[in-house]
Amino acid sequence: MRNLGIEVLFQGSNFLRLLGGLLVTVEIAFVSILIGTVLGLLMGLLRTLKSGALRFILRLYLEAFRIIPILVWLYVVYFIFTPMMSVEISGELTAVLVFSLWGAAEMGDIVRGALESLPKHQLESAKALGLSSAQIYRHILIPQAIRRMLPGTINLATRMIKTTSLVVLIGVIEVVKVGQQIIELGVIKAPNASFWVYGFIFILFFLVCYPLSKLSKRFERRWQS
Amino acid sequence: MNLDWNYIYENLPLYGEAMWLTVKLAFWAVLLSLLVGLAFSIILHYKVKGLQTLIRAYIELSRNTPLLVQLFFLYYGLPKIGIHMSEMSCAIVGLTFLGGSYMTEAFRSGIEAVSRVQIESGLSIGLSRMQLARHVILPQAFSISIPSLGANAIFLLKETSIVGAISLLDLTNLAKDLIGMFYKTEESLLMLVAAYLILILPLSFLLTWIERKVRYAEFGD
Repeated sequence: MRNLGIEVLFQGSNFLRLLGGLLVTVEIAFVSILIGTVLGLLMGLLRTLKSGALRFILRLYLEAFRIIPILVWLYVVYFIFTPMMSVEISGELTAVLVFSLWGAAEMGDIVRGALESLPKHQLESAKALGLSSAQIYRHILIPQAIRRMLPGTINLATRMIKTTSLVVLIGVIEVVKVGQQIIELGVIKAPNASFWVYGFIFILFFLVCYPLSKLSKRFERRWQS
Repeated sequence: MNLDWNYIYENLPLYGEAMWLTVKLAFWAVLLSLLVGLAFSIILHYKVKGLQTLIRAYIELSRNTPLLVQLFFLYYGLPKIGIHMSEMSCAIVGLTFLGGSYMTEAFRSGIEAVSRVQIESGLSIGLSRMQLARHVILPQAFSISIPSLGANAIFLLKETSIVGAISLLDLTNLAKDLIGMFYKTEESLLMLVAAYLILILPLSFLLTWIERKVRYAEFGD
């Protein structure tokens, strides 16, 4: 056991390159979460309205993402829309597009759930006080709903960060791809590289997602008490 | 969009095979995850020292890392320290590693939701701990957990879509391969989406039906 092979992580700029790759992953996830949250808030509000047709369409939209795996959506957008519009859409853009739409669907469900879980008397008291619809949403419903949404939203964020690892399969150069490059380069000099590199990437993802999960659990507990 | 129906017809058998692989993977993954989840949640419930900490650590590791990286580590990393597994075993181990923690959480919240009154009544009529677990806690916990267990099963079935990364020819990987070979993009992806619908829609209806059936097992409120 003279040569463990863990050195491969620190040779040259390997360490920094892996962190750089992680940054790409986190960036894609972050932008998608941002867009998805904004769209999702709107979608969640729309889903509490009484229009049956609108509800049905938005429900269908959500189910489409729940039934078809995200990787399939990545392929659909990457292989169909790109050639159809005859524009060069990069893997990154495809990923942001798919994750934003998926995030909006899931976020919409979280928002709807939070709004519908509020006690009915809140709405009725507000109406009795003569507040307008807009005022009710702004001062009564949304502030209370946000607290209930927080744990779910953070969980969704961790899910999206984890799912972002799939973008390596549509050719984006992120942390897994950088890892593969390092492994291929060291095939002779560092034959054990794949163990350390994938182990390291595994830990990197954990370090990003774990604090978020903890945070979400804390909010959940605080809200329960 | 002009679809080449002939192409679709010719490739049906291939999709059939790939679908069978997806089903097999999902079946083993769900079954093993359920077993892991049941065992671990019972250990957590009885607060077995040592094991409890290990299981908590496992849950955090499994829930906060992507399946793709888990698979790569199992398939490319482990052979370097002398652990060799076939693609199929890697996929099943990876999916179970992922699913086990989700199922543990589902069972655990079910067990926690069994009302105190039930447990105390059981004890007061002189049931042993084993009897209490078998006849009072677990049946009710199971029925409470059914919705999340079902959601996890569907989640695992969908997660099988990435086993192509360790060169298994499941539905998603097949579609991608066919696109690469024949450039029949629309047809290949249409069949892929249809295949997942065929798998998941009936499963989802079945689970809703089971959920309704077992709800009677709950007591208390």
